[in-house]
Amino acid sequence: MTRSTSVELLSRLSRVCSLRTRSSAVTILASQLARSYSSAAAAAVKLSDDVSLETHTDIQRAAREQAKTRAAASFTSPDAASSGTSALQHAYQENTGFGTRPIYLDMQATTPTDPRVLDTMLKFYTGLYGNPHSNTHAYGWETNKEIENARDHIAKVINANSKEIIFTSGATESNNTVLKGVSRFYKKTKKHIITTRTEHKCVLEAARAMINEGFEVTFLNVDSQGLISMKELEESIRPDTCLVSIMAVNNEIGVMQPLKEIGALCREKKVHFHTDAAQAYGKIPIDVNEMNIDLLSISSHKIYGPKGIGALFVRRRPRVRLEPIISGGGQERGLRSGTLAPALVTGFGEAARLINQEYSSDIAHVSRLSKKLVDGLLSIDHTSLNGSPDHRYPGCINVSFAYVEGESLLMALRDIALSSGSACTSASLEPSYVLHALGKDDAMAHSSIRFGIGRFSTEQEVDYVIKAISERVKFLRELSPLWEMVQEGIDLNSIEWSGH
Amino acid sequence: MPAVSPSRRQVLRLYKQLIKNANQFNDYNFREYFLRRARNTFKENKSVQDAAKLQSLFAEGQRDLGILKRQSIISQMYTFDKLVVEPLHKHGFKPST
Repeated sequence: MTRSTSVELLSRLSRVCSLRTRSSAVTILASQLARSYSSAAAAAVKLSDDVSLETHTDIQRAAREQAKTRAAASFTSPDAASSGTSALQHAYQENTGFGTRPIYLDMQATTPTDPRVLDTMLKFYTGLYGNPHSNTHAYGWETNKEIENARDHIAKVINANSKEIIFTSGATESNNTVLKGVSRFYKKTKKHIITTRTEHKCVLEAARAMINEGFEVTFLNVDSQGLISMKELEESIRPDTCLVSIMAVNNEIGVMQPLKEIGALCREKKVHFHTDAAQAYGKIPIDVNEMNIDLLSISSHKIYGPKGIGALFVRRRPRVRLEPIISGGGQERGLRSGTLAPALVTGFGEAARLINQEYSSDIAHVSRLSKKLVDGLLSIDHTSLNGSPDHRYPGCINVSFAYVEGESLLMALRDIALSSGSACTSASLEPSYVLHALGKDDAMAHSSIRFGIGRFSTEQEVDYVIKAISERVKFLRELSPLWEMVQEGIDLNSIEWSGH
Repeated sequence: MPAVSPSRRQVLRLYKQLIKNANQFNDYNFREYFLRRARNTFKENKSVQDAAKLQSLFAEGQRDLGILKRQSIISQMYTFDKLVVEPLHKHGFKPST
């Protein structure tokens, strides 16, 4: 028996036999080949030391899926499908000598978890596993203490008291708790809710659900800048209005609403004022006392924290009453029962602490890159910035590229992670309802793309994006018959399209 | 305990260590951020003379260094493809000859 075959036999045997039923034959073999076996084992251990867990990025998936759906949809025109794909292949240039993972510029969808946040969280997955609500032993006390610290950091960002912070699973839950909870609590006397057309889907859907429960909802219009009119808001407030819900920063166009004026008006009319600050918390200065905000929704993963946690600010003086959606053990002032996740809460707290610490440098960095990106993109012909240029959070930029279809531009930009609107609606080809509310037509709404800049974006990335977008937009426009007509000076609105 | 302000040598050593450990990050964005942050923070506080302030800044820097040491190792354990702006074969990985 040669050495190599016996080693093979040994390994096969040991795979078959479990440790307990190991036969004597194996033991004999093992002792005979002790040296070669141990060196092989050592090699295996050494190898596993070097190997890191590499995760590859699949940048071709979208193209493959599109090709598949096209092939399935139209057997009749394989030429069209193939020509489209090859055009995209030209548009996507691969730089050899560089990596393949796309640049991340979708900070409104979510942000990368800060390594300092992860560092805080890890000890809750390794040793500090106590239930924060167990007050009979040290395991519970230590996690509870950390949670209260986190609550302090989160409250400090908006100048609130830590007792006014309720942890939830995210901004969607916070918004639902407010829309449903406040109106249900006051349903005997007040039956009216005011919100806007450009809110996030979760506010709109929650409001719609309240219509089914017999409430009346006013959806305020916005002007072409994306701002609400204070006059219209004042006229809409009725004696039976219980809640005004207006988002602080829009997730698609980055427009900031005049929170202070709205807060003052709501306080004067004695109506609760809720603001969805998922995109605003830690990014624009918010002071709940100065702005008279009664309820405020926060999301952790938009501020470089972990996903799966958020918070709701509920004012204590004057007290805001709401009916909890989730009943249970009465945690979180009885407004949101259920055991808290200490790892997520402290990660969120650390993210908020970093916001307090880094606010000025983050804002300076984001504004500088944002200005560069806006200037670079608007220097391309027939592009426009959506939303108000002054009342905006600089890290969210929504640009329309006329005569280019947004989805095809996104397909051609496989090396940049972008979206044409909110992540919830990017799966469907439906144009953005936010841009519609601004009075943009379908074509403009279809050709717009959102860029998000954050703490971890770099100047080099912005330069790359400007260059890539300019090239691909030019390429796609050259393919387009519409662009040809525009170049010839034909007004597109004067054309009578046939076949529709 | 009286606040003993760190010596010039200690501060420079801390700076060097922060830069070195920030460079160990496999992730491009985190690496660039922590390099930028270390440079900016030291530049900002260049002229701080107050002993207590220096002491607290130094302690903070040491805490950050601990985080960078741990997190850069994690970043090396779970790696991803390089970004499109990142040249291959520059950081850590050398092509086999």
